[in-house]
Amino acid sequence: MTQLNVNGAMRTFEAEADTPLLWVLREQLGLTGTKYGCGIAQCGACTVHIDGVPTRSCVRPVSSVSAAAKVVTIEGLSADGSHPVQKAWAALDVPQCGFCQSGMIMAATALLKAKPMPTDADIDEAMTNICRCGTYNRIRAAIKVVANGGNAKLAGLSIQHADRSTT
Amino acid sequence: MNATHDVKGALDGGTSAVSRRQFLAASTVAGGSLVFAFHVPLAGEALAQPASAEVNAWVVVHPDDSVVIRIARSEMGQGTLTGLAQLVAEELDCDWSKVTTEYPTPGQNVARNRVWGNFGTGGSRGIRESQDYVRKGGAAARTMLVQAAADEWKVAASECRAAAGVITHRASGRSTSYGKVAAAASKLTPPATVALKDPKDWTLAGKRLARLDTVDKTTGRQIYGHDLKLPGMLNAAIKECPVFGGKLKSFNATAAAGRPGVKKVLQVGDTAVAVIADTWWRAKTALDAVIIEWDEGPNAKASSEGFDAILKAGLNAPQAAIGNQNGDALAAIAASARRIESVYSHPHQNHATMETMNATARYTPERCEVWTPTQNGEAALAATSEACGLPVAKCEVYKLHLGGGFGRRGMSDYVRQAVLLAKEMPGTPIKLIWSREEDMTQGRYHPITQCKLTAGLDGQGNITGLHMRISGQSILAAVFPQNVVNGKDPIVFQGLNATGPEAGIGYTIPNLLIDHAMRNPHVPPGFWRGVNLNQNAVYLECFIDEVAHATQQDPLALRRKLMANHPKHLAVLNAAAERGGWGQPAPAGVFRGLAQTMGYGSYVAACAEVSVSAQGVLKVLRIVAATDPGYAVNPQQIEAQVEGSFAYGLSAALYGSCTVKDGRIEQTNFHTYPVLKMEDMPKVETVLVSSGGFWGGVGEPTIAVAAPAVLNAIFAATGRRIRDLPLKDQNLKRA
Repeated sequence: MTQLNVNGAMRTFEAEADTPLLWVLREQLGLTGTKYGCGIAQCGACTVHIDGVPTRSCVRPVSSVSAAAKVVTIEGLSADGSHPVQKAWAALDVPQCGFCQSGMIMAATALLKAKPMPTDADIDEAMTNICRCGTYNRIRAAIKVVANGGNAKLAGLSIQHADRSTT
Repeated sequence: MNATHDVKGALDGGTSAVSRRQFLAASTVAGGSLVFAFHVPLAGEALAQPASAEVNAWVVVHPDDSVVIRIARSEMGQGTLTGLAQLVAEELDCDWSKVTTEYPTPGQNVARNRVWGNFGTGGSRGIRESQDYVRKGGAAARTMLVQAAADEWKVAASECRAAAGVITHRASGRSTSYGKVAAAASKLTPPATVALKDPKDWTLAGKRLARLDTVDKTTGRQIYGHDLKLPGMLNAAIKECPVFGGKLKSFNATAAAGRPGVKKVLQVGDTAVAVIADTWWRAKTALDAVIIEWDEGPNAKASSEGFDAILKAGLNAPQAAIGNQNGDALAAIAASARRIESVYSHPHQNHATMETMNATARYTPERCEVWTPTQNGEAALAATSEACGLPVAKCEVYKLHLGGGFGRRGMSDYVRQAVLLAKEMPGTPIKLIWSREEDMTQGRYHPITQCKLTAGLDGQGNITGLHMRISGQSILAAVFPQNVVNGKDPIVFQGLNATGPEAGIGYTIPNLLIDHAMRNPHVPPGFWRGVNLNQNAVYLECFIDEVAHATQQDPLALRRKLMANHPKHLAVLNAAAERGGWGQPAPAGVFRGLAQTMGYGSYVAACAEVSVSAQGVLKVLRIVAATDPGYAVNPQQIEAQVEGSFAYGLSAALYGSCTVKDGRIEQTNFHTYPVLKMEDMPKVETVLVSSGGFWGGVGEPTIAVAAPAVLNAIFAATGRRIRDLPLKDQNLKRA
């Protein structure tokens, strides 16, 4: 049995030492919000935080993650979608198919922690995940919304929500 | 009867009461126990939910006034669940804040005489081809709900009105809600005819409403095919013969069979090997340890260079199917004072959905069920029946949200594989997931074509004749050969037809001939978002730009001259040109290009702004995109589709190319098949020109103008006319 600290809890599991962290999260621990896209650290759909550092979990052998390291997945970002990045994503209707968005949100969260007011160049440099639906411009806008205190109206999209608010 | 086939993630604070039809995928996360309860229909279960009423096939109303709207088309990111629900809800006059959606199953559609119509989700047809009957479904349900209230009050229905799910009878001051009368309404005879609202009176349709499916996509709770978990399920990985048309010769499973978790190593059909294991990672790594020998068949030496020669020959072949013809183009060109001729080409491309192909199947001798993200539920059902040998009535397909589709998931090859695997282990659900490598090399690729365009000009530079000879692959010949008549694949001519919603050409040319010499290399083609409109727009729009420059005409002025009889095409072109600043000075180092086309019932145009450095490094800075889809159902989602279309089209133009060597696709993952990322994404300004009176699609047409607008801007910047894609392989240094 091996141990990992995931989303604030110690979890035990059985897997071969070279199993990528991604597959332990998805298959042993049931945390399927983190996605498999390429398996070679190209697309970023598998991005999680390890001690706050955005990490492509598809190429990270689970044996290289110590039980002391804090792993955070999309499920651990908030219990109810209330993290400011998640709220901005929802306010701007960022996702289309949505498959890449867990990784995008984890990458964006790490960027905003490191650089609370990122420039466009910072966003280009940090957000190297792939989205095939082409949501990049709304992702950029959502990151700026968070940087500017969460006022989604800044994006100018005028989206009408079911609770009758407009962002 | 209410059908719950959607896999819903219900967030629960602690222990969840789990119904018979639910099961748990429990996981403990930060802050305590977080339990995900999925509705997953299991074999032979009644799907009815007590006390809820199916008013008609489209509308289910619960006693608490919540409304479930059934959507037959698949959600793959394009927003169809929300857009179609808006149309139903508009006519239903229900409370939008109480609306959810669900998928009816393909099996139920068969059992109920196809009451939900076509499940096929492609060709940007979700709204344009189902708007009429889904709106009528909403209107009929409203009529029945109002009638039920009127019957209860013993008043005339015409004296009652409905708004936001509440029915009132003003004269007596009574009111009730949809939830209270739904059961009675469901027993009424549906009205024979219903009147639909004038779009100018819409309050939900046409509005910038938020999508209904966003929140779960921000929390990781949305369940995709990759994420599905069924009790007792095993996982599978597969390798098909990498050379299309080849077969499995032999395999040695000794090393793989002894690996942890491996249950079976087996042949699938004549062409593949799979491993079934407890986890997918163990299945995948065990499959890598299987030693496989392929019989590569007749295509073992095929290559992209060979395809190029085959297509080149087609450019001059005497035999070709005619797609559009007026006057005598060849004679006019022969008699012309001046001739311009160019040859363009378009490569194979993979859809590269973020979620690789997958399907989960469970087979017993009595019943076969499949859970899969599919763009065509009915085709998936037929494939299930064919693969398992049971009649359709004993099969069912449960659709899951798609992690991208782009046309690839209209095919059911992966469904067939999953069913064949499940048949080897009756009673055990088998989840088959393709590796990215399998997904890249077993695609149904954007067809390769080439095009020779020849224009005859008179002494004043007017086009007297135009011949477009297309040579290359036919998707229909591979996918629906029965639709190829007398050697003609009609969809090859998308955007180039004389008239019609499937893309009429926007130019009047006095003598015109557009024909196609079908040449089908062995790489299987498929419908790839935008389909043949993509390359046809590159060919025609870049060539028109060539003619403009060769005759010292402004590209916009030349187009306007040729488009006088095509006012809708012209209106969007003018809108894009005007907002894009055409004719106004651009910032230093910035150059513009134009393109326009029509497809999927909509008119589109783009004005691109690019810069190209002295070293030939291209930057696409800004795209102004004008679209006329007739009626606009959700403008903010149309903007999202336009932006996404540009990302997809620009990705193809900049990077998209699959090449063939030794009969197989050379690109195996995103390191060799790069796609557009954040840093490449231009600013996109969408100009919505909704002229009304017709219904056009928005998921695809704009893709087609991305590449030609950029290519024309590159010419303006560099003097280089790029006629072959992708741009990553081209020299863009100033000529």
